Amino acid sequence: MRVQGRGLVDRNSPVTFRFDGIAYEGFAGDTLASALLANDVRLMGRSFKYHRPRGVLTAGSEEPNALVTVGAGVGQEPNMRATVQEIYPGLEAQSQNRWPSLGFDLLSVNDLAAPFLGAGFYYKTFMWPRAFWEKLYEPVIRRAAGLGALSGKPDGDRYERAWAFCDLLVIGAGPAGLMAALTAARAGLDVILADEDARMGGRLLAESHEVDGMPGPDWVDSVLNELQAMDNVRLMSRTTVTGAYDQGTYGALERVGHHLPRAEKRPLETFWRIVARRSILAAGALERPVAFTNNDRPGIMTAGAVRTYLNRYGVSPGKAVTVFGNNDDAHRTARDLIAAGVHVSAVIDARADAAVDVKAPIYKGAVVSGSSGRKQLESITVRSGGREEKIATDCLAMSGGWNPTVHLTCHMNGRPTWREDIQSFVPTPGAIPGMEVAGACNGTMTTAACLREGAEVAARVAADLGKKAKAADLPKAEDDPYRLTALWHVPGKGRAWLDFQNDVTVKDVKQAATENFRSVEHMKRYTTQGMATDQGKNSNVAALAILADATGRGIPETGTTTFRPPYAPVAIAAMGSGATGKGFAPERKTTSHAATVERKAPLIEAGLWYRPSYFPQAGETNWRQSCDREVGYVRNAVGICDVSTLGKIDIQGPDAARLLDFVYTNTFSTLKLGRVRYGLMLREDGHVMDDGTTARLGEHHYVMTTTTAAAGQVMKHLDFVTQALHPEWDVHLISVTEQWAQFAVAGPKSRELLNGLLDTSLSDDDWPFMACGEVSVAGVTGRLFRISFSGEHAYELAVPARFGDSLFRLLVARAEAMGGGAYGMEALNVLRVEKGFITHSEIHGRTTAYDIGMERMISAKKDCIGKTMAARPGLVDPERERLVGLRPAGAAKQITAGAHLFNPGDAPVRVNDQGYVTSVAFSPTLGMNIALGFLKRGPERYGETVKLVDHARGVETLCEVVNPVFFDPEGGRVRG
Amino acid sequence: MRITCPICGERDSREFSYRGADVALHRPDPEAGEAAWDDYVHLRDNPAGETRDMWYHEGGCGAWIVVTRNTVTHEVIGSELAAEVAR
Repeated sequence: MRVQGRGLVDRNSPVTFRFDGIAYEGFAGDTLASALLANDVRLMGRSFKYHRPRGVLTAGSEEPNALVTVGAGVGQEPNMRATVQEIYPGLEAQSQNRWPSLGFDLLSVNDLAAPFLGAGFYYKTFMWPRAFWEKLYEPVIRRAAGLGALSGKPDGDRYERAWAFCDLLVIGAGPAGLMAALTAARAGLDVILADEDARMGGRLLAESHEVDGMPGPDWVDSVLNELQAMDNVRLMSRTTVTGAYDQGTYGALERVGHHLPRAEKRPLETFWRIVARRSILAAGALERPVAFTNNDRPGIMTAGAVRTYLNRYGVSPGKAVTVFGNNDDAHRTARDLIAAGVHVSAVIDARADAAVDVKAPIYKGAVVSGSSGRKQLESITVRSGGREEKIATDCLAMSGGWNPTVHLTCHMNGRPTWREDIQSFVPTPGAIPGMEVAGACNGTMTTAACLREGAEVAARVAADLGKKAKAADLPKAEDDPYRLTALWHVPGKGRAWLDFQNDVTVKDVKQAATENFRSVEHMKRYTTQGMATDQGKNSNVAALAILADATGRGIPETGTTTFRPPYAPVAIAAMGSGATGKGFAPERKTTSHAATVERKAPLIEAGLWYRPSYFPQAGETNWRQSCDREVGYVRNAVGICDVSTLGKIDIQGPDAARLLDFVYTNTFSTLKLGRVRYGLMLREDGHVMDDGTTARLGEHHYVMTTTTAAAGQVMKHLDFVTQALHPEWDVHLISVTEQWAQFAVAGPKSRELLNGLLDTSLSDDDWPFMACGEVSVAGVTGRLFRISFSGEHAYELAVPARFGDSLFRLLVARAEAMGGGAYGMEALNVLRVEKGFITHSEIHGRTTAYDIGMERMISAKKDCIGKTMAARPGLVDPERERLVGLRPAGAAKQITAGAHLFNPGDAPVRVNDQGYVTSVAFSPTLGMNIALGFLKRGPERYGETVKLVDHARGVETLCEVVNPVFFDPEGGRVRG
Repeated sequence: MRITCPICGERDSREFSYRGADVALHRPDPEAGEAAWDDYVHLRDNPAGETRDMWYHEGGCGAWIVVTRNTVTHEVIGSELAAEVAR
């Protein structure tokens, strides 16, 4: 119910929303949880395993119970915490894990079967028959136990990623965080203040005490106003710092759109990577419940949460509230409720010597030992001395003390330190390099001390970073000592919950200890304690206290489980934002892309590049027809192909030749000016890295081409050789792949075509095979290389990239006028297979120069990368699988790449394997299927018949082993 | 993880690609023998503690750098241009 005169919500701004289809009204500033409580809705969910009715336990992001699904269809968001979800007009939320309805859930029958469903139940029960697990047990269990579901459709929401940099990241904007940010900002540091709440202020928004003589929220506003006015401060609300990583990198999730109706352009969430020279963790503390029988009924919540609902939202979660705790802090809840006019039925303090200053019935040295009420709390049982007494109440505010939020300090393998006086863990100093800790998360439990510590730590950080902070004027605030006596568990019959979200009880933890799962990590996994989406934020410490007791050890010896990022759930969509669809990888497009698309050429990905597969023409019904036609262009007339995707590396300097001699197996220092040479490159382990041609343009100037696939790898390799192995060489290199558009002009009519285009015509004397040099194309200076990847008389013409589009169109038009035209990757591949030219299908990383028949290209006169290791006996063993050509023996049958080769009489099994097929093509020139592959002792076996078996595609056929050069083995055409 | 490129300054590790131990800097003589080459190409220590390894500023200036870091604490202790280390 709403309480008049309390709360920070805007009572002039009513907001209508729906929960499970029913319309309710709240106010701007309400969370879904506070608005539902204001409407006396206590039942918000069903528990994971037993389907117990559950209400809200907390008022923050640690909430284990009140998880709802927001929205429907594509934008449906499961497992949203009602305590975090702000209401907005039109919000639609649904309860989860219940059927048919939240009020009547058939699977609550699990609760009656609870004696059989304890820790280890699955492991003991669903063991046989073995086949039942996948088909029966798992599907049934998954349906019965679960949280909300995704829509199953592609995510329609938008997410973003962003980077931020600062001197100081302050995590948490409660009293300590605000003071820290203010002190550091005044000292001139570049500060980011991040807080997961929609409104900054932390506990100051939830408490009734004054700071500096004004209400807490007013003091918060005054600090925020000052921070907001400073250029060196960024305030990030609704931003949860989720992880601490190496070298001052922090992950943070900003909820940008969850509190507003969906809008097209607005992201739902932004995942930040914040790089900070220093950070101050001021994340506060989380209150822990007390484990007593049936402590999970709707209406039972933490004492601090009750104060938050009252003081921040103007809501009392009950009409007759009982307070139960083991510390003085809990008394505040009772005092605040009474001051607001809410009836307090009793204050129960477990300590016999407690000083309780509250005007309500007081039970000292007493505990709550049970509760009743099915879908809502109706009464509790108080045990005092030997007597038990029932008290009618609809809300129990309980406090077992506060746990400092140490999580981020453990993300780099730090272990927290036990502090006896507060019965909890605090961060171990230095656990995260560059991170300081201040306030309640450091075990500092009064407002005045938090303010002081925030200022002091910030002043120290500022000094470390070379700035001087003025001695802060510390605001006056409450400084009441935080006294408590440990109370983890009230003994009694029945189940007492620890982990509300995963339904783990005290009995389960004891059971684990009994069955010798005594290590805290084993207990966690056996019981699933702390493994739900809330990661056991309000239950882990109590669970290990129970384990410590059950195993007869102290809590510090028992230790904690490992806290890992993220601190709060992060949607994978947020981390991966921008990486779906087109964002998955960059797209590289050639200068002829537009012309290619205009010709309706299907595109094929080659690394990041998009290249034409073939250029279809009217009347052609499949790709083979287009490909065969294009092969014919090159064999009979002239074809044009964009080859700009090949890597081009410009190499200059007096030691350029020396570099090439070192990275290539063959010699380039002897290459004449104006000539091109084919080169083979090895890795240092002796296997082939790449191949290509390199042209000598000047005495100290070469341009190397690499394959499309290995362009980046070769650049990196050359950089390594020139920087790490031979920095003394005077040579410089740079990638010019994108600066030059380069086109193959291939076929018997290639020279004729070029002569009609170039400003000076070509002759065989000036432009023999493997010549290169500058040419002028319609007034543009370009480079011409007489090289061929098709075995035909051919050239590659390069111009600055800005002329690529027009040159491609010009070349294709001229080729078409001469009975040729553009050709794509399919035809290019057929042409090279016909000639036995290799690509990365053959030099796939496990083949040597010997395997591809190029061992004689390794010069004996000089050292080169890979030479020594290539000479290892195993790499030149005649038994190795070596390059051969294959063609069908007898009737033409299908040949497939990836098929394996066997001797005809052998069974096609691994031990009989003789080799494999790497490339196949239908050769229109030869009128048959042809292939390249690797075969044991291959070159010695020309003329033999082998059996080709493709187990995956069910192909089996006989092939003849032949020389891999199928077409024009003498090479007359290329010189013609 | 953040690495300082001596040319570009401190950058996120995803701008770099990793090659492995700085053994790569010490290429043996072609006649150094099988053991030396086996060491160079294949054998690597797996230190718990300080290590020096090669990173390539692929998303930046193209510099090869030698990074000294601690595999246990993840501390990045220093970085130098490979070209200067190799000289």
